[in-house]
Amino acid sequence: MTVSTLLADLQLLTPELVLAVGAMALLLIGVYTKGEAKAAQRIMTLATALLVVTAGLSVWMAQGPGGTAFHGAFVLDSFAMYAKTVVYLAGAVALVLAGQYLRAEQLARFEYPVLVTLAVLGMSFMVSANDLITLYLGLELQSLALYVLAAFNRDSLRASEAGLKYFVLGALSSGLLLYGASLVYGFSGSTSFDAIAVAAAEGSQNLGLVFGLVFVVAGLAFKISAAPFHMWTPDVYEGAPTPVAAFFATAPKLAAMVLLARVLMEPFGPMTEQWQQITMVMAVLSMAFGSFGALMQSNIKRLMGYSSIGNMGYVLVGLSAGTALGLWSVLFYMTLYVIGVAGAFAVILSMRRSEGMVERIEDLAGLSQTRPALAWSMTALMFSIGGMPFMIGFFGKLFVFYAAVQAGLIWLVILAVIFSTISIAYYLRVIKVIWFDEPSGDFLPAPTGAAIISRIAALIAVSMPVVGIIIALVVNAGAGIGG
Amino acid sequence: MLSAAAFYILSAIAVISALMVVIAKNPVRAVLFLILAFFSAAGLFVLLGAEFLAMILVIVYVGAVAVLFLFVVMMLDIDFAQLKEGFISHAPLGGLVAIALAGILATTGLGWVSADSATSALQSPTPEDMTNVAALGALIYDRYVLFFQLAGLVLLVAMIGAIVLTLRHRDGVKRQDMHAQVNRKREDSVEIVDIKSGEGIG
Repeated sequence: MTVSTLLADLQLLTPELVLAVGAMALLLIGVYTKGEAKAAQRIMTLATALLVVTAGLSVWMAQGPGGTAFHGAFVLDSFAMYAKTVVYLAGAVALVLAGQYLRAEQLARFEYPVLVTLAVLGMSFMVSANDLITLYLGLELQSLALYVLAAFNRDSLRASEAGLKYFVLGALSSGLLLYGASLVYGFSGSTSFDAIAVAAAEGSQNLGLVFGLVFVVAGLAFKISAAPFHMWTPDVYEGAPTPVAAFFATAPKLAAMVLLARVLMEPFGPMTEQWQQITMVMAVLSMAFGSFGALMQSNIKRLMGYSSIGNMGYVLVGLSAGTALGLWSVLFYMTLYVIGVAGAFAVILSMRRSEGMVERIEDLAGLSQTRPALAWSMTALMFSIGGMPFMIGFFGKLFVFYAAVQAGLIWLVILAVIFSTISIAYYLRVIKVIWFDEPSGDFLPAPTGAAIISRIAALIAVSMPVVGIIIALVVNAGAGIGG
Repeated sequence: MLSAAAFYILSAIAVISALMVVIAKNPVRAVLFLILAFFSAAGLFVLLGAEFLAMILVIVYVGAVAVLFLFVVMMLDIDFAQLKEGFISHAPLGGLVAIALAGILATTGLGWVSADSATSALQSPTPEDMTNVAALGALIYDRYVLFFQLAGLVLLVAMIGAIVLTLRHRDGVKRQDMHAQVNRKREDSVEIVDIKSGEGIG
């Protein structure tokens, strides 16, 4: 590697370099700023700005041709560029949501935004992974930062439990993933996705490769919390501080799903027949656990946890199609899901009474009378996530199902529609509590960041022209993968 | 001839010192024999042409792990005679486990068939004009530099995480303040008191 090839490689990694150097600089600034509260405030602002700048950088990079770097370990294609931009923006939104909550709960420390930035950096490598080692290191960088964030409120028993549970199960899933990766390496002779694709095309019946594939998919399924690897989700969402749960439900989900899609479509593209069965089973189980599990929940964070399990099921329906159409329906659905969930968590973060945060669904009672704007936002977001017609979430489901029907998976789509109908019940329950129950007490005024984000997300959820814009972006991004 | 002699001497030392680790009465001696076993294993690696592994073995195992063992053994008050009480009565079962393990190793070793590509890879373990340390460095810091840096970032996150989750700033703890110590002036702390003789200081 000469200086010129190194510079050419690094050019493709510009957003990552900016993030990595930025995160370390923020760490230094934080350490040398006198006063904990002041440091936390300053670093929070700087980290948000850093993420927005890198999002702009990756949009600017999208004008370029992309390519691979470091002997094919890192790939920058339109798929990765799109995912990166969404991940950076979702990270920035998570930081905006976190600021006031952390201050109010006496948790404001400057390490929080630094850890979020480093987690986003890990996700950035995940969506650009073109080698099993990049995949693993990106995933670990992300997960390790997330474990710490889950336990960030270290004096709370529930947060510590959530962090520990997430850590132990995450370590187990990493072990599964590594075992699968070593099998794949052993039976294909390379860790590079391109070489694995060649090996998979030659021997798609190769039992060792199929075993490796199963373990790799199981490891990744933990990260997207698809059933039967979903057990941690409700507990971690409930126990972790609310802005951390909001972060968990958005950017990492999208990054892990994009990574799973790339692994299945690129190196294992020739083995679609083999992995289709796995993703279909996971899709059905996730939708079932997501819909039925959420029906009995009284805590809104747990509800969002089950909702995310169910929604991953619908995404897996699209992925099961194994076609280019399926791939972009996945990207499309995930984008809409991230917008909806960010808005819903912004509403949850607004549920503050004078005695502290509340998170039961009953606490939303009569919101339509006490805080109409919040009530309208939550209604629109719940309808959109649930997939009611003419909200944007509906189009997400529509395209996912369309892709699956085109691939001939009729029965899978029928099951998905049934589960989707069941899941509407719990979204409607939230809306019923908001509009038809007697008010049980007023909330304090919402934090500015949360109020703005919940309103923007709700506006997007009801504005159909946005669907057209996102489709245009996504079709462009999905081009060139799968086929 | 010379390397064969070195091999037999080193492996004999390795086997004997490994045995001594188990049967030595004094735990400190057992740890010292363990260090000897590591050194002879490092010698065997050098004979195989793997200088890097030999160095790592000495630095990591002898330099860090074994010294840690030694500290633990010397610091903790463990009655090793009591620990070894059931040695004879448990010997048959232990022997059985040892034989089973040896059997597993033997069957794996005898039934081992290398993959097709392994033979060609084995024929050129290192480039001709390089030591294997240089060859490894050329891989880690050149071809795999991205992975190396990423692993570094993972460790950075681990460090931040450990600090975030465990470090607590307590008030009222007396800390050494170098700056204050160095800048202390004589006048700040020493006072010349003129005491009249015969009156005392009371």
